[in-house]
Parts: sequence; structure tokens; C-alpha cells
Amino acid sequence: MTADQTPLLSVHGVEKSFPGVRALHNMHLDLRRGEVLALVGENGAGKSTLMKLLSGIYVPDEGTFELNGVAFTPAGPKHAQELGISIIHQEFNLMADLTVSQNIYIGREPRRFGMLSERALNRKTQDLFDRMSLKLDPRERCGDLTVAKQQMVEIAKALSHDSKVIIMDEPTAALNDAEVATLHELIRGFVSPETGVIYISHRMDELKQISQRVTVIRDGEYVDTVDTEKTSMQEVISLMVGRSISGDQRPPADAADRADDVVLSVEGLTTPSLLKSVSFALRRGEILGFAGLMGAGRTEVARALVGADKASFEHLKVNGADVQVPNPAVAAKLGIGYLSEDRKHLGLMLERDVKENIMLSSLVENSAGGFIKDAALRRTADEYARKLRIKTPSIRQLARNLSGGNQQKVVIAKWLVKDCDILIFDEPTRGIDVGAKDEIYKLLNELAGEGKAIIMISSELPEVLRLSHRIAVMCEGRITGFLNNAEATQENIMELATRRVSITTGAPTS
Amino acid sequence: MSIVETPTPKESKVLTAPSSPPRAQGLSLRLRSSLQQLLAFGSLIVLVVFFGVMNARFLLPGNLSDILLSTVVIGLLALGATFVIVTGGIDLSVGTGMSLCSVMVGVVLTYLGLPIWAGIVGGILMGAVIGAVNGFLISFLKIPPFIATLATMLVCQGMALVVSGTKPIYFTGTEGFANLALGKPIAGLVIPNAVFIFFGAAALAGVVMSKTLLGRYTFSIGSNEEATALSGINVRSWKLWIYTAAGAFTGLAGVIIAARLNSAQPGQGMGYELQAIAAVVIGGTSLAGGKGSIVGTVIGALIMSVLTNGLRVISVPQEWQNVAIGVVILVAVYLDMLRRKEAAK
Repeated sequence: MTADQTPLLSVHGVEKSFPGVRALHNMHLDLRRGEVLALVGENGAGKSTLMKLLSGIYVPDEGTFELNGVAFTPAGPKHAQELGISIIHQEFNLMADLTVSQNIYIGREPRRFGMLSERALNRKTQDLFDRMSLKLDPRERCGDLTVAKQQMVEIAKALSHDSKVIIMDEPTAALNDAEVATLHELIRGFVSPETGVIYISHRMDELKQISQRVTVIRDGEYVDTVDTEKTSMQEVISLMVGRSISGDQRPPADAADRADDVVLSVEGLTTPSLLKSVSFALRRGEILGFAGLMGAGRTEVARALVGADKASFEHLKVNGADVQVPNPAVAAKLGIGYLSEDRKHLGLMLERDVKENIMLSSLVENSAGGFIKDAALRRTADEYARKLRIKTPSIRQLARNLSGGNQQKVVIAKWLVKDCDILIFDEPTRGIDVGAKDEIYKLLNELAGEGKAIIMISSELPEVLRLSHRIAVMCEGRITGFLNNAEATQENIMELATRRVSITTGAPTS
Repeated sequence: MSIVETPTPKESKVLTAPSSPPRAQGLSLRLRSSLQQLLAFGSLIVLVVFFGVMNARFLLPGNLSDILLSTVVIGLLALGATFVIVTGGIDLSVGTGMSLCSVMVGVVLTYLGLPIWAGIVGGILMGAVIGAVNGFLISFLKIPPFIATLATMLVCQGMALVVSGTKPIYFTGTEGFANLALGKPIAGLVIPNAVFIFFGAAALAGVVMSKTLLGRYTFSIGSNEEATALSGINVRSWKLWIYTAAGAFTGLAGVIIAARLNSAQPGQGMGYELQAIAAVVIGGTSLAGGKGSIVGTVIGALIMSVLTNGLRVISVPQEWQNVAIGVVILVAVYLDMLRRKEAAK
């Protein structure tokens, strides 16, 4: 890199404990000038604690931070920002009703004679975008942007602060491949001999593309830092979890031609805004993967099937009988359970305990004359918590305190208790670390093996290929093709996913 | 803090796997919620002792009974409001709704000349109907609770005046009705019927809140309405029922206030809704929804009436009493927030 070997940012022997928990122990990290350093670790490994220490939200018990060799103690996010450290969190800090430029320069609005000048503001933002070669309209409302574009706005905001260090937490969790490529371009454009990026991600393939080195942490402790070029991702993963994980697996081929036991048949599913005559059949014991780019309409299919959104069907049959699903309550009665991609907002009651979350859908069955049978609830919840190996000290633990993987298991348990035969998983492993992913995969396979019919929506192609017996590929509100697992490759899925139909329709966003 | 973090032996049996960081919090959950009620109860005791020390007259049985009696109406309204607030909603119509219910009692007893039980049923039904209308506006027409109940508040006030012809309806013709509130059920004890009715209603509300589907869904809707809907629960109709149940408590309050005044006063009621909300909030129920308890609300209502009565007994001028109550609300809510923040660390 440069002759100057002083690291841009370094973390030495940092300790942080919370009552009863040691979150970080002897943590090390060196960010060199001009590099992208990947930081990986399972959920709960201490990444977010480290970020909160760096942004001054927490104060370390011991240890030092150095910026260009000078020790510093961030007093808060604003102070960190002034020192040149910007953190882009997974959840964005954007005001949906303000425009892009209003968001970027909030608190630093250019003024003329004491009055805000929208024109000067937009010009300033446009200059910034030009420097970043970013194609974005400064005047657009942030709430109208896709997740990917909101991400770009966050990065632009960090750059506008003249940051030296940008820390990104899972920046690509919600992006498709094209958007990831744009993001990586932006990062490469940002990195100079004066700057550096700490890139936190669960997506191993990306680390290879973007980072020079990878720092691995586990259980709050520093494990190792390796050169990306000289290391295989399998090695990184085994450092992370402390054991090796099987990489490219596929479901057994014979599973693809299971009995023609169609449990769900959908014909001509159409929504006013996006879906155009979507038709497919789902068999017992089958995992049907739904692949496609962001905004292709996969989540919309799921929501329509459970009656969460308005939609029209030519035919909708469950176990051969014509049905209608005006709302999720009816869908649940028919045995269709939906596990949303947005667990925190649509799947869980974070402030209630594991037991209540697991039992929420099945209270009626566990009550008599309107009175809830608490003992029965506890028994069932406990049984399923064990069965799904939910890691929690007790079923009275608040859902908020579980890791992503275990939260997902809680939502799965909810639908298993309800005895749903058709399960729709929307991004089942989003925000879940590698070790827990494996467990969720195993669980999905077991469920299919028990005869459940599963729809699995995923943006990660390796995941789709690994689990699905068949794959439905969507593009712009239509199914553009079905692939059997044996014939499916990342390439032919991507080809179908980008096969635009000539008729242009209302622009599908996000 | 150290008490809170200690896992109880009973719970540690449930340990199924090596624990992750936040274990201490979860285990102390039950402990913490009872601690919250203990704190509220403690401040109630402190207030009673304080006023007792300042003026011994405060502790006379007659005065204590007065305090309990003055808790009843606000308390009943607050019970219903607790359900609504735990769902994350708000109900501004309970004050004037109560007046409309007491006018309804007047219609049944005085205009129609029906027996007392019919008047009670009529009043409670009227409340349930008001609640159902609120519930319909909020869950089916999706009007925000604040706006919907602001409108029904005005409608109720207007209707109470229209039905009664803007004049109070007296129950002098219905013998024994006033006894419903003021009769002394236990010989030698100064505590009147209304107080027993209130505590009975509170017990009922507590059971509904913690032991029934309605109560459980009240919490789940307040915690995460969308997740509850996606879990296959018919949130719209449950919300309608929750508001209806809350309305029934308003109806009961209408019956009791009518009996206590031996008349239906169509012009009163405005402002009661805010006192009821204050009692709920002092009791530790979060306006954001998802958290709260009936016990807390009962204590909150008692704190309100102890304050009002106590300040009067120690001769604090009327105009300062509201200032004091306002400050108490701020302090109670702020302390509660501090405690929660501490617990979340």
C-alpha cells in the first residue's frame, strides 16, 4: 500500500462487559490505509458491540483505539463522524419523507440570507453524486427509493462528511447481484491511500470480490486475520464457526420426482400493481424455490397466497378443493403459514417471550371458552423449542434477545404448532450467520422429508440451488421458467431472472 | 440490579442449551414485572404516609372511604382504557361516553320506568355499543384511534344532551337506585357498594387480560399488529371486540356515576378521559402499546385520588392541585422510562 505503515485505524486489547456477559475480550483490529478489510463472525460474535464502541455509543472497559497512530476516544456518533469515522448500519437512518439531498445534508443545510435554499442544496448533492459517478436524483423522496438506492444515499452521506473510515454493516443483505456490483464500484472509488473500509458481511463470495484481508472474530474474541487472496472461503468459514461446513450441496435427485401429490395449485394469480398471471403447483414433500431479482414479485406471490394483500386468482386449490384466502386468518385455517423476510417487523413480537411467539397462532386450539390453558401452552412451546433446538435459556426469554437464527426458528415453530402443511419461507436465512444457516437448511430438509410442502424464496442462488427440488424463476411479476434442480445452474437462473417480457408494464420498484 | 439479574432456581431447570449473552434479562422477566408493580404500590404507600403525617385527618376511615369512592369512576374508565392503550390505541370518548351511558340509564329507569337491573344492563350495553362503534371506525375504516374517538367523544356529548333534552334526569322515582353506589354492604364498615363493584370489575378485567384470548391478543396486537395478522389472527375483528369490551367498562362507569349522583348529568364527562389515561399511564402501561397491567392501572387510579384528596386535606389550594397531578404524571412516566432503560442495558 503506502510507505507509511501506521494503520489507518487500529483497535488494541479492547474489553467490554455487560452485567453477566463478556461481550468483547482482548479484541484486535488493524485497518490499513487504502484497504477494504472484511470483518466476519457469527451473529453474537461481537461485531455490533465493536461498532458501537467505535461510534462512541458504548465506552470500552479497557483497551485503546488509534486513528493514524493517535489514540482517540469517541464520545458519540457525532464525534466519531467528526473524527472521520462513518458507520452505515443495516437499518438506515433516513427520513422517508425528505428528499435525497435533504437527507444527505441534514443539519448542514446551505442557506441564503438565513433561508434554506433547495436549489443550492440539490446542486451540492448533484456535485457529490457526480464525483461518485452515482446516478441518483437529489430531489427524489427517500421513501420512494429501492433499498439499494437508499444504501447509496447512506454512502453518499458518509462521503459528504469527508470520512476517512467507513464501516458498513451487512451492506448487501438486501441487494441483488447487479446492485452489489454497483456498491462495490462505489467502495473501490472511495478507497484511496488516505481512506479505508471495514466491510461486515455474511456473504462469503463477496468478501473475495471486495476485500484485501479478512478479520475473523468468534465469541467476542479475535481469531485471526488472513489475506483474502491466499485463503479459501471454506477456511474463513471454519475459522468463524470453529468447524468446517459443507459447501456446495444439492438435494438428492430422486426427491425431485416425488409423488404427484399436489397440495397447492395456483393459476392466474394477478395483482393490480405487479403480478401477471402467475401459475404453479406445489407437491407434498417438495421444496419449490423462488428465484429472481429484487422486485421480481416473489414476496408479492407469498403475500397474495396468505391473503395479506389484495390479489385475484383464476383458480386457487388447496388439497384439490377450490378456496379463497381473503386474509391470513383464513390462510392459517387452510394450513398455509407465511414466514416473512422481515422477521422483526412482520414475524415476531420482539417484546414478548418465546412461548407467546411460538403459540400466537394456536391460542384458539389451546383455550376453552375463551380462557387460555397456560400449562398446555408452556408444554407445547417447550416441546417445540427442544425439537427445533432453539437456543434460549428458557421459553420465557424475550424474542428480542435471541440471535437471528433462533428467532427464525421461533417463527418456524409457530407454524409447526399450528400444523401447517404448506409453509412459505421468505428469505429464511437473511441476517443469519453461517452456522445457524446450516441448521435452518437442515430443518427445511427435515420438514420436507416429513411431507410438508415448502415454498422458499431466496435471493442467494447457492441457497436456492442447495435446497430446492424445483426452482421457479420470476422476472417483473411473471414466472419466466421452472428448472429442475439437476438442470439448474446460477447462470441459467440468472438468465431467466433477467428475461424481460417485451410488454412494458407499470415500473416495479424495490 | 443484582437482585434482578439472579436467575431463580425454578427457571434454570428449563435451560436447554448453552446460554447466549442476554440470558439474565429473560430469566428475571417475571421478577421485573412484579417489581414494577411493587414500585407503583410503594409510591402509593409513601403518598398515604406522607399525607397522614401532614394531617392525621387524612387517615380517618371516613376520608379513606371517600378516597376509595372517588377512585371508582375514573378507575372503571381506566380499566377499559388499559385494554385500548395496550393495543397501542387511545380512547378519548370514554368521558362523554360515560355521560351518554348514564343518560341511557335515565331513559330506561325514569322515562320507561323499567326495573333497576334493566337500567344497569342498558347502561352497560350503551357503553359496549359506543366501544363497538369506535372499534369499527378504527379497525374496519382504519381511522386513527385519536381522530376516531375524538369524533365519537363529540358525538356522545351531543347525543347525551339531545336525548336528555339538555336537562339532568333524576332517579328520585326509582327507589333504591342510589344504593347501588352508596349502600353499605357490610354492616359497620363505611365502604360503599361502588368500591366493591370497582374492585370486582378490576378483578374481572385482570382475568380477561391475563387468562383469555381477548387479553392475549390485546397484548400481541400492541406488540406487533402486522405480525399478529400474519400469524393468522383476525386482528380486525379482535380489535372490534377489544374496544367493545373497553366500552362496557365505560357503561358500568356511567351506571355507577348515575347512581352516585342519583341523576344523569348529560353535560359532564368531558375531561374524565384524560384523567383515566393519566391513571393508566401512572400505572406503568406504555402508550406505545404491548405493555401494561390491570393491577398497575388500579394503583394508578388510587394514586390520582389519593393526591387529589390529600392535597385538599393539607389545604393546598384547588388551583395548585392540578399542577401537582401534572408533575406527578411526568415524574411517574420519566421514572418508568429510566427503569426500563436500566433494565434494557
